[in-house]
Amino acid sequence: MTTVNLPSTLGAEATAGSGFLSSVGAWLTTTDHKRIGRLFIGTAALWLLALVGVGLVLGFERIDSKTLTFNEGMLTQLFAASKTLASFGVMVPLMLGLSLAVAPTQVGSRSVMFARNAMLGFSLWAIGSALVVGALIANGGPGGGNAQMVDLYLLGLALVIIGLIASAVSVVATVLSARSAGTDLADVPSFSWAALIGSSSLVLTLPVTLGTLIYAAVDHHYTRIAFDGNMGLGKWLGWSMSQPQTFLYIIPAIGILAELAPAVARRAQPLRGGVFVGVGLVSVALLGSVTQNVHGLAWTGTLSDKAKSFVPYALFNLLPILGVVVVLGLALLALKSDSIKMIAPFVPAFLGGGMILTAMLGNAVQLVSSANLAGTVFEEAVLVYISYGTVLVAWGAIAYWGPSLWGRMLPTKAVVGVGALGFIGTVFAALPMFIAGFADQKADSVKDFDYSGPVKLWNLVSTLGHGIFTACVIAGIVVAIKSFTTGEPVVGNPWVDGGAQ
Amino acid sequence: MTSANDLVLPAGPVAAARHPLFIATGSIAAAGTMLMFGMLAVWFKFRDASELRPGSGGKLIHDWLPADLKIPEVATNTLAVTMVIAAIMGQWAVYSAARKDSQHTQLALFITGLVGIAAINAQVAIYKQMGAVLADGAYQTMFYAITGTMLVLICSGVAFSFVAAFRVLGGRVADRAVVTAHALYWYFLTATFVALWFVVYVQK
Repeated sequence: MTTVNLPSTLGAEATAGSGFLSSVGAWLTTTDHKRIGRLFIGTAALWLLALVGVGLVLGFERIDSKTLTFNEGMLTQLFAASKTLASFGVMVPLMLGLSLAVAPTQVGSRSVMFARNAMLGFSLWAIGSALVVGALIANGGPGGGNAQMVDLYLLGLALVIIGLIASAVSVVATVLSARSAGTDLADVPSFSWAALIGSSSLVLTLPVTLGTLIYAAVDHHYTRIAFDGNMGLGKWLGWSMSQPQTFLYIIPAIGILAELAPAVARRAQPLRGGVFVGVGLVSVALLGSVTQNVHGLAWTGTLSDKAKSFVPYALFNLLPILGVVVVLGLALLALKSDSIKMIAPFVPAFLGGGMILTAMLGNAVQLVSSANLAGTVFEEAVLVYISYGTVLVAWGAIAYWGPSLWGRMLPTKAVVGVGALGFIGTVFAALPMFIAGFADQKADSVKDFDYSGPVKLWNLVSTLGHGIFTACVIAGIVVAIKSFTTGEPVVGNPWVDGGAQ
Repeated sequence: MTSANDLVLPAGPVAAARHPLFIATGSIAAAGTMLMFGMLAVWFKFRDASELRPGSGGKLIHDWLPADLKIPEVATNTLAVTMVIAAIMGQWAVYSAARKDSQHTQLALFITGLVGIAAINAQVAIYKQMGAVLADGAYQTMFYAITGTMLVLICSGVAFSFVAAFRVLGGRVADRAVVTAHALYWYFLTATFVALWFVVYVQK
């Protein structure tokens, strides 16, 4: 299905008035789904800068495990910041922002349903995430020593979750109820389908996090008996920032891949239903998430014991992989065409998809108990792969839909260059940690690890990777701002008219 | 000069949205259900982890509800019945709206709101009768957290009832979507509360 650009009538007020203040006011009160989506994407880009900065600092600290530049309390907060920002500052808002900006136009709606609710969701998320970051800076995250700031962290996280749920409800309502006449759900583009599944997964799983958060907040504020106060927050809330829950956050990224492959192949997606099934399979992870437990594979004991361990492990960790493999396989099938013309956005999206698949495979390996990878930096590497991979896919999506969202294009060389740089950065940042994980380098720690092998080298290369990715993020933001404000206006659909290969 | 905004494709025909409010309310109800059932799951986890002690009939029970706390059964059962009545009133509003009977629709919506207020009052009465102090232990903390969250959801239902009632009062009788969504929301509140009532107040 061709993506059309429907100007939002609700956003017309945004152009009224002039001057900086009226412009800011128009943005903050907008009901234009493209603007709301862009607000999510833009703010997530800021948190992404913070995330890569944290990765860089932690990597730097690990190069020499004997000395510390920062104090231990700050390092604890930096580890908490990396997990919180990766999930709720970058992955979810990036994907939700793209869903809000693109899905309504794809299904033929003039606007997102309940646009004010979506905007309220953005506002709550933005305020909440700022509170979370402020609390983390003031030693208030999980394990933090400042009790009032821990309360602030929990309040901020609650606002973040409520905001994301509110915006996700708007996406669900739009795809389900505002499709153009005659368009069945089976006819919607792959990305809109993935946006529906991803948003539904958020609506169903984030409230479970919120429930635990309410318990933890009340307990922390009044008694600190049941949930171990500040030290228990990671244990009780950690699942929402870890795998397989993060698989749900990146479902729209799978849809982006499924959308771009036929655009490259210049043909309709063969076995479209299979793509939908693949995207749906990834969402099976939500069943694992709501149990708030890690479902590892312990291949010991009787056959019955093995089966009891294997079934949930396979259901919650392997089935999502199968879903991604199905989508990637069908994307490759689409590419088996004589009319292929490579388009720049496909490059970062494809590379990012590979990173996401690597993360899922890594997670499956990590959960095998005999691999002894639990509690090692292998876990951290999985999160780096999936979060940085999602950023790469989002970069491809921004380049692909940029013309319909901003009316201007990103330069082809910059899209490919930033994508390739990001890919190298991701591999450098995460792969050495995979290896160091097998050597039992502890997670969430920057000191007192020593093992046979080039300890410094792995940590140095990982730091270099974070540095490269930081450069990639800065370059991407600069290119996007420059191109979308002063770039050449686009005539028609550049991916169809043949002007942007 | 041609700007970027002038070059976008023209808009297609406006499509009539199919039950967006009902779908959104359903999504919120699903989210609320996951919220409360997630909290109940954690409640079960703590209850199962508590030690065993002899109960009133000599049977071993989990030492979860502190021995000095008594659940006021009359008040809790009344609250459960109140919630069911609220859902029935919500459905009455749908029935009346379908027959374009604005008077009965208004009446049903206002009664739903008032019954919701009665439910809030009942919950407050339960707090007073139990006399549990929040900071006294894990049970008390979790009891106030879960029932407090339910109370907030009921408050949102009351607000929904009055908004819907005033819309009908203002003449928007034909706008049945709000009344239907309102009923769905109260069904969700009632079902969720019944689950909470059974776990927290009956099973203890």
